[in-house]
Amino acid sequence: MRTLEQTTREILDLATKQFKLPEGSLSAGDDFYKKLGIDSLQTLDLLSRLENHFNIELPDYEVQGVSDFKTLAERIQARL
Amino acid sequence: MSKGRTSRNAVKEFRGEALRWEWRDAVVELTLDFEPLNEIGTVMLADLEKFVAAFDGLAPITSACVIASARPGGFCAGANLKELYQDALPLSPKKRAAGMRAFLKRIHAVMNALDAAPFVTIAAVHGLCMGGGLELALVCDLIVADKMARFGFPELRLGLIPGFGGIPRLRRDVGNGFIRDLLFTGRTVKAESAQQAGLVSHLAGEGYALQVARSMAQQVTKFDAETRVAAKKFLKPIPYQELRKEIDLFCTLFNRPVVMESLRRFVETDDPMKHLPVAERARNS
Repeated sequence: MRTLEQTTREILDLATKQFKLPEGSLSAGDDFYKKLGIDSLQTLDLLSRLENHFNIELPDYEVQGVSDFKTLAERIQARL
Repeated sequence: MSKGRTSRNAVKEFRGEALRWEWRDAVVELTLDFEPLNEIGTVMLADLEKFVAAFDGLAPITSACVIASARPGGFCAGANLKELYQDALPLSPKKRAAGMRAFLKRIHAVMNALDAAPFVTIAAVHGLCMGGGLELALVCDLIVADKMARFGFPELRLGLIPGFGGIPRLRRDVGNGFIRDLLFTGRTVKAESAQQAGLVSHLAGEGYALQVARSMAQQVTKFDAETRVAAKKFLKPIPYQELRKEIDLFCTLFNRPVVMESLRRFVETDDPMKHLPVAERARNS
């Protein structure tokens, strides 16, 4: 079972890789909409990547309104 | 096999404003390509009508049809809500309802023709496949989904139900638990979940849905045409009665002020999850 810290790290790594950002440029408290500059389509794409990576189902409504990686990690942790 | 047959009247190539098709070796490939994400409004509908009008000519020489999207974001984002809102805005409620019913009858005629197409239809889905886009995929005999594809029916957040045949066709293909989850939560589901529910036939690796669909289409060409057509009719009856009820219910719901207000919000919002009802921010930090 992953710890919340591990989950957060994996999310940050996945987003860093997906959006081709320099390593270490994202942190848990970042607003990912602002930091990644993603639109609605990219948000759903990111959701698919997270679901596939963690092998979970994460309903959109559970992450609606979430904008920082830390809260996102908590929502994913609840589904692991 | 239909491979060796010929048809003088077949429109083997077409390039419209919203889509194009090309016939080769008993397979016709229909490519949706309309910015931003193949929204189904008057332009897409007119081109789809041209495609189904070509069926008679194509049928004798065609075993399979692959429907795919050239748009990078996905298969189809659904109905053209911007056009729907802007066209309906200046009309009286009575004219709005009449216009909507006329549009729905046209789209249902196209969807029913695609559903009953005299060849095997395969949707190659990547990215977003929502609302009317999912209804288009549902008329196909088989759905191949890129593992990153997402499916959803977000219509309830507009005060509507899916209007292009979605619920009757979903009921034909999958269980009520899945249908009610999609409808009543408005969530989107990943391709793997859609496959587990029975909506998707094959999962493809990222970027490979079209390749997998083409491979399936080639396999389809190997079977006897008459048997294939008979099997399709037997396997996949079209729920005409429920489809007519859907039009009635949609029009009843559409004629309420809440729908125009929901459409306005949808058209004007920059919410990254605008397919869901409005929610408060849930930031913890």
